[in-house]
Amino acid sequence: MTTSIGRKPSATIPVLTVVVAIIMIWYAGAINLNSPQIIDRYEKKGVDWSFTQLATDSWNMKRAVLPSPHQILAELKTTIIDKNVTSKRSLVFHAGITLSSTLLGFVLGAGLGISLAVGIVYVETLDKSLMPWIITSQTIPILALAPMVIVVFGAMGISGLLPKALISMYLCFFPVAVGMVKGLRSPQPMLVDLLNTYSASKWQVFWRLRLPSAVPFLFASLKVAIALSLVGAIVAELPTGGQAGLGARLLSGSYYGQTNLIWASLIVAAVMSASLVSILGIIERKVCYRLAGGQEISNEL
Amino acid sequence: MNLASTSTATNNVVEVKEVCLDFHTKDGVVKALSNVDLSINAGEFVSFIGPSGCGKTTLMRVLADLEKPTSGSVLVNGMSPTEARKQRAYGYVFQAPALLPWRTVQDNVLLPLEIMGYSKDQRQKLAQEYLQLVSLSGFEAKYPWQLSGGMQQRVSIARALSVEPQLLFMDEPFGALDEITRDHLNDQLLRLWQQTKKTVVFVTHSIPEAVFLSSRIVVMSPRPGRIIDVIDCNLPADRTLDIRESPEFLAIAQRVRAGLAAGHNYDD
Repeated sequence: MTTSIGRKPSATIPVLTVVVAIIMIWYAGAINLNSPQIIDRYEKKGVDWSFTQLATDSWNMKRAVLPSPHQILAELKTTIIDKNVTSKRSLVFHAGITLSSTLLGFVLGAGLGISLAVGIVYVETLDKSLMPWIITSQTIPILALAPMVIVVFGAMGISGLLPKALISMYLCFFPVAVGMVKGLRSPQPMLVDLLNTYSASKWQVFWRLRLPSAVPFLFASLKVAIALSLVGAIVAELPTGGQAGLGARLLSGSYYGQTNLIWASLIVAAVMSASLVSILGIIERKVCYRLAGGQEISNEL
Repeated sequence: MNLASTSTATNNVVEVKEVCLDFHTKDGVVKALSNVDLSINAGEFVSFIGPSGCGKTTLMRVLADLEKPTSGSVLVNGMSPTEARKQRAYGYVFQAPALLPWRTVQDNVLLPLEIMGYSKDQRQKLAQEYLQLVSLSGFEAKYPWQLSGGMQQRVSIARALSVEPQLLFMDEPFGALDEITRDHLNDQLLRLWQQTKKTVVFVTHSIPEAVFLSSRIVVMSPRPGRIIDVIDCNLPADRTLDIRESPEFLAIAQRVRAGLAAGHNYDD
């Protein structure tokens, strides 16, 4: 069923308006935050200055408190396009490292979350015993946990991808487990009764009814999980002391006051996160379209 | 109170003795069934009729092992309802079509056949055969949302019939359909029952539907859910929907209505 509600009017103009507004606020903010240092310099040198001069200098300041958008773009250009991908100064290199641990952590976390959910739905003891622990696990701040995991694994001689992926997994599994439990319990009682009248086995009910019913819930959870997985990967890269990955770039940027680098890394992380969520959104739409028997369903990302 | 027919036990497909069922809710105990006695012979078409909450659906769910009685004994095909369910002794048609939206019409009919482990050739053959029986040939590749409510319910009937059960439970299968579709399906169901000689247990709250279809009508009353009358209803086998204007039909309908009125206290 296609309705006029499904056909949205073009979003180009509203989106562009917001982008322009953000850029304007950003430039204004750059003047506001950077001008005290610039004015200091003017006064030390004892030069006369105009507002235009102040604005231009604020927008092009080295190690600015808030770098202006064109400075960040320039930084992105040097670190993404100009540098060789294998260079340690290339953000593509670091993004690749973060992406690999994000994806590994996501796969492990989704796997763990789905397995826990199946256990919780099918084994009554697990339902009672596991859920409180799962919830408790998420009350521990990841920032406190990440350095310990990295250090402990480091002491055991395991470093690099796996410890980082484990931290991503730790963040990931929770939304997947919760969403999947709800999804596996979502079939109408009538459909469960129907399969009972066929004397269907537990696994027949799982494959033919519960799993397909859970898929829309699963995708909603996976989209949350993959964004969390990236956060986990970046947090896990901080305590390694700036070896590699976007987290390491953020850290070294803040050590050396390279604000351009911090912002450029942040933007790469944000673009990566948005892309991962969108890719899942596209797969979700395809899969849910099939599960609805080809019926057009309203589905906002 | 034993209003059940006095036929010999050997022929009984369903044997219910002194069945009580209480639901424990937050507001206290609800007596859904109270001292229900009933036996149903092979080949009968028995309708349970009564107002909402009289336990007619609950009684059928007890027969199908979807609900456990608090006390009393139930035999289906001479065994407990659980054993009968495990042996897949019956087909069940629900109030709603209960089709899986991700399966085509054909695949929905194949569902019980897959679960019960029929061979691939058998599955295809049976699905084709029963879709044809409910006049849905040509719709195999459609998805449920592409069909009207009446067609969806016919798919669910084909699905219940496809495993060829000798006993068919139908829980208000036409309750959500419009009058015209309902008349048409009543007519089809009557022919089907006459052709296949199955035992049908049918829940409804439509008097004309019950009288038209049934060989026996069980009138039930709520609070507590109980049987208040059992009416034999032997209209000619070749009846058509026109029989609903005939004096015999109206006499039986009148008796059902009187039974319903007697059992129902409007001051509740």
